[in-house]
Amino acid sequence: MKRAYRMNMLKTFTKGGVHPPENKLSGNKPIEKLGLPKQVSIPIAQHIGAPSTPVVNKKDKVKAGDIIAKSQGFVSSNIHASVSGTVSKVGEVMDTSGFRKPAVIINVEDDEWNDSIDTSSDIIRNISYSSQEIVDKILEAGIVGMGGATFPSHVKLSVPEGKKIDTLVINGVECEPYLTSDHRVMLERTEEMLIGVKLIKKALGVDRVLIGIERNKPDAVDHITNFVSEEEGMEVYPLKVKYPQGGEKQLIKALLDREVPSGGLPLDVGVVVHNVGTALAVYEALQKNKPLIERVVTVTGKSLSKPSNFMVRIGTPVKDLIEAAGGLPEDTGKIVSGGPMMGKALNSLDVPVVKGTSGILVIPEREAHRAEEFNCIRCGKCVDVCPMGLEPYLLKQLARLERYEECEENAIMDCMECGSCSFTCPARVPLLDYIRFGKTNVSQLIRNRKQK
Amino acid sequence: MDNNKVLTVSPSPHVYENISVRKLMYGVVVALIPALGWSVISFGIGAIIVTLVSVLSCIAFEYLIQKFLLKQKPTVTDGSALVTGLLLAFNVPSNLPVGIIIIGALVAIGMGKMSFGGLGTNPFNPALVGRVFLLISFPVQMTSWPEPKGFGTNYIDAQTGATPLGILQEEGDVAVPQLMDKMPQYSDLFYGQMGGSLGEMAAFALIIGFIILLYLRVISWHIPVSTVLSVGVFTGILWLADPTQYADPLFHILSGGLLLGAIFMATDYVTSPMTNKAKWIYGIGIGVLTVIIRVFGSYPEGVSFAILIMNAFVPILNRYIKPDRFGKEVQHG
Repeated sequence: MKRAYRMNMLKTFTKGGVHPPENKLSGNKPIEKLGLPKQVSIPIAQHIGAPSTPVVNKKDKVKAGDIIAKSQGFVSSNIHASVSGTVSKVGEVMDTSGFRKPAVIINVEDDEWNDSIDTSSDIIRNISYSSQEIVDKILEAGIVGMGGATFPSHVKLSVPEGKKIDTLVINGVECEPYLTSDHRVMLERTEEMLIGVKLIKKALGVDRVLIGIERNKPDAVDHITNFVSEEEGMEVYPLKVKYPQGGEKQLIKALLDREVPSGGLPLDVGVVVHNVGTALAVYEALQKNKPLIERVVTVTGKSLSKPSNFMVRIGTPVKDLIEAAGGLPEDTGKIVSGGPMMGKALNSLDVPVVKGTSGILVIPEREAHRAEEFNCIRCGKCVDVCPMGLEPYLLKQLARLERYEECEENAIMDCMECGSCSFTCPARVPLLDYIRFGKTNVSQLIRNRKQK
Repeated sequence: MDNNKVLTVSPSPHVYENISVRKLMYGVVVALIPALGWSVISFGIGAIIVTLVSVLSCIAFEYLIQKFLLKQKPTVTDGSALVTGLLLAFNVPSNLPVGIIIIGALVAIGMGKMSFGGLGTNPFNPALVGRVFLLISFPVQMTSWPEPKGFGTNYIDAQTGATPLGILQEEGDVAVPQLMDKMPQYSDLFYGQMGGSLGEMAAFALIIGFIILLYLRVISWHIPVSTVLSVGVFTGILWLADPTQYADPLFHILSGGLLLGAIFMATDYVTSPMTNKAKWIYGIGIGVLTVIIRVFGSYPEGVSFAILIMNAFVPILNRYIKPDRFGKEVQHG
């Protein structure tokens, strides 16, 4: 049955999409444990939603896994100490956004773990939790979407009244060029990750799990297919390589041919999507009692001497990762947190790794700058590649003219900022810059309207 | 580690596709080479003179207007003036006097393009603006068609003859099947062995150009296919209704400037619509208008006019024909 699927035409999403060079330089590099840093800076807002409130003070002693900031409200997340040591400051650090944000700074001493955590490498297969217990534990362990969006995972598992979920989709697409952290998790932590999937499946009470992996990772496809061949209701689908297939709306379209309505969520079409990294974190939270305090980060770039995949404690400064990957190349022009399509350029090497950091990309000077902008020649390529069926050239124009009502009418809020339009524009018009500007103003417009 | 390294910070994306306006324009130039080559072989020195004059004057006018009139940084190297120059040359007879070509180039670039603000802002295809201006201002010179006699040194003094569409128009009283005896064979039409504008006659060379454009991903297939298809269907209906009065669809597709227009003129980025749906409507509009002008109008050929008329509809098409939005069909909740 599963083999038969592989003979079929490969699935993919239908609208738009682009093919940036894949450059998966670190695809065959096993995950290495990165040494402990001297100091970690753990921002207390690492997720979408309300920032957490610190529950530790200066000079407090903490162990790895101790809670240091408590979730505030439903859409929020707990934060745990990723190392043992002394809290040196509850202050501010510059995070990925380039702004100073509240954080807990810990001086590392030894490597002691909270006693309740099982630090052995034994795989615990038996699932002894009820679905509510699973959700509670995920909340407690501070798990957020690890594909980069960092949406608190327990929220996605708490299905509102009246919604029926029939399928769990596991996102192993990793469509961003360069990044390989999910790829390595799928290869090296396969069984644990799949136990995590089963836990999520149980929490949701669904019978069907679809695992989508782009076919540029044939080893991961084969490996996981072997593992799930005995499992009831789990199917692996290799997908045609096309960016942004890892976007959850695109992945659902590719796998199930369902379209999440504009402004809606996957659960509106009976689906919940979780990333493979998240599934691994769920396994560790439930079976090992280990909160989300470390993650796999790809450190990569054309000039880097040793592109790698590291298991990194949250709060480790980016410079430690780059040092371990061979040091900062002489020709470095830009450092990006995440992939080249949606990642954020960093303005400092002291920025800490957070729960959503999937990769650190070092871009050489020659590729760090944008080319000169020309007049729009109205070639329509941006319209062709937009996976949401929008008209980037028009939204850019409207945003520039501050005609926000028209931006809204033309569905600007459907834009997920995948960057395909700017990527493909032959005139190098910074379409997405203008669209982001338009989105900010349209959200303001919507908020004002709601207040009236 | 050097912590004082100056890092570039810019919003995503951080990588770009390896295409540019310049590359796309030179893609069009490459795709025009087969037809240009065939034209030189067929019309001789005249084709070379007309093309060179047209290209050089288009580039010169764009440069001069940007530099001295608009006081902008000249952008002639983007290749668009080169394309306009080539297409203007393709749309005129190969015995057109130099002075007239220069006037055509001035109108194409000055009026058709720069007066609207240059590349990307002109509503009408510049080469066609130039061509139609010349057709109306110099009707005699613009409709004396040299015959393709193979490579020679004749220019103004080239031997001229009627175009197939011209014959059809002139001798409207004679039944079409009898006229067909005077016409070139389909294979001649396909290989461009008939009178016509410099670059419009050789169907095979234009189709090679189409394949090049598709291969280089300069254009999509929608506009050429919808245009040619609608000419085929419309003339097919007429022909089936009365074969004695109307020429068959293949004749209409292979003669005149239809292929040149459909492949190279109608697909001009700036003056064609954005979405594939709108491209279909635009292409069908060009096809239908072409047939109406050819069959019922007083001009033997109507592709230029049809494209210019549909150019005028492009803003409306862009406004009302939206792409299918993702998730629009489904109701929220």
